Amino acid sequence: MPHSAGEKHRVVRRAGLVLAPWAGILILWYAIHYSGLVNPALVPTPHDVAARFGELAGQRLPRDIWMSTQRVFLGVTFGILLAVPVGFVLGWYREVRGFIDPLINFFRALPPIALIPLVIVYFGVDELAKIVILFYASFFAGVIVMYEGIAQISPIYVRVARTLGATDSEIFLKVIVPLTVPHTLTALRVALGVAWATLVASELIAAQQGLGSLIQNAASFFQLDIIYVGIICIGFIALTMDLLLRKLSRRLIAWQERIA
Amino acid sequence: MSAKGEKAVRIAFDRVSVEFPAANGALKVVDDVSYEIRDREFVSVIGPSGCGKTTMMSIVAGFMQPSGGSVRLDGRPVTGPGPDRGVIFQEYGVFPWLTVRENIAFGLRLKANAVSEAERRQICDRYMGLMGLADFADAWPRMLSGGMRQRLALARAYAVKPEFLLMDEPFGALDAQTRSAMQDLLLDVLQAERKTVMLITHSVEEAIYLSSRIIVMTARPTRIREVIDVPFGYPREEKLHESPEFGALRSHIRDLVMKEYAAQALQTRPAH
Ligand SMILES: Nc1ncnc2c1ncn2[C@@H]1O[C@H](COP(=O)(O)OP(=O)(O)O)[C@@H](O)[C@H]1O
Ligand SMILES: [Mg+2]
Repeated sequence: MPHSAGEKHRVVRRAGLVLAPWAGILILWYAIHYSGLVNPALVPTPHDVAARFGELAGQRLPRDIWMSTQRVFLGVTFGILLAVPVGFVLGWYREVRGFIDPLINFFRALPPIALIPLVIVYFGVDELAKIVILFYASFFAGVIVMYEGIAQISPIYVRVARTLGATDSEIFLKVIVPLTVPHTLTALRVALGVAWATLVASELIAAQQGLGSLIQNAASFFQLDIIYVGIICIGFIALTMDLLLRKLSRRLIAWQERIA
Repeated sequence: MSAKGEKAVRIAFDRVSVEFPAANGALKVVDDVSYEIRDREFVSVIGPSGCGKTTMMSIVAGFMQPSGGSVRLDGRPVTGPGPDRGVIFQEYGVFPWLTVRENIAFGLRLKANAVSEAERRQICDRYMGLMGLADFADAWPRMLSGGMRQRLALARAYAVKPEFLLMDEPFGALDAQTRSAMQDLLLDVLQAERKTVMLITHSVEEAIYLSSRIIVMTARPTRIREVIDVPFGYPREEKLHESPEFGALRSHIRDLVMKEYAAQALQTRPAH
């Protein structure tokens, strides 16, 4: 079957293309370790890191991954649940935007890390504190994406719907909601990215568990291989979430010109 | 006015004026315009850009109220948009998140014009056929050309059976060939289902080829410069363009329009 052979060939080629940059990074990594340019003790080899990963996988790592993922998930969920309506109102009602905009930009400019001492004072050092930080980061990242997207929606669709006889509630459900979906998905993606970036900071708040705390503990004992394990885990989980979200986007907004 | 045998007045502009708030006081855009459009007339409005044509149509569509006077539909003042008036915009306004068929069905799914599912399917099929969209029933609008999008907008408007068709430079974004094909399609569709039409256009030829009557508007604040009866019946064919009467009418209207364009250009030049 020449057809399926060609198909197989394409799949192999594609897999090769996807894996090549990763292989490149591994080679570079080994090269740096063995080059003599750096102290080899400061750069553990990939196989050292892999061995450490295998070891930790039987110990605290699953729990760390679970806790971190849960915190990001909760922070982003609450952040986006609030960012969508707020972003919508800001984007849709230009008059509101004028005086709320500076406020949003003020809070957005504050790095979440700078708020950690305050959050400890007000929310203590348990789960709530970490989720509050991630909520904060996701909300402000999401709300900006949301309202800039909504503000760009052409009013012509609402006009057309009105001339066809749509009521206000029909316009909301059949025109505004579908137009909001792509921006909600983008806001979600941006918020997830920011939340993972903020995760280590939030787990600085005396966390016992979580990838951030794994990295923190390892840092105090100078266990570089564990730090690498933590960082690589954060990267791969974020990548997986982004891929899933993109898959979802492709299904929900197939009508769009291009899907990022 | 209402001589024997004349058709009923459907759209009446009665001393309509519009002013917009501007930096230095008010900008008067429409100045005391009175005009009547009768049943199944095809009226084109032509005038320099920025004179107030879209503003006039927006009042009929129900998007805005005049500052003075009134616009009445069958004797009743317009209070808002409604499915009795199909509006076609230059930028199509096709819903990008719905397929061709779903776009046409949009109005038929609203409470205002609810029909049975079988009827809805039949109406969609009819207009997809009429507008040459049958092969694209399940395509997304992004896959369609400009001409096809405008045909889709027309099909969607027709589906809810409006009595009036309001078109604001509907073919302005199309190339010459597509534009001419759209004009013929519009004439065909109107031949099949007659409506009372108000069309805004920049093209003198388009106005003559399509309309039963042409209103030439002045520079801003706009007034009626001249109303011209087009002495051709329907159906019309391409070769009408070559007739001597068409040519004479074209140069007469072009003259009027050019003068108003010049007046408008003078007006928009900096004062000092
Ligand atoms: N909502 C508005 N507010 C202020 N000025 C407006 C508004 N809409 C239109 N205008 C002004 O009124 C004039 C006529 O506009 P319009 O009716 O769109 O012209 P046309 O369709 O003939 O090109 C223009 O000078 C335009 O700038
Ligand atoms: Mg206009």
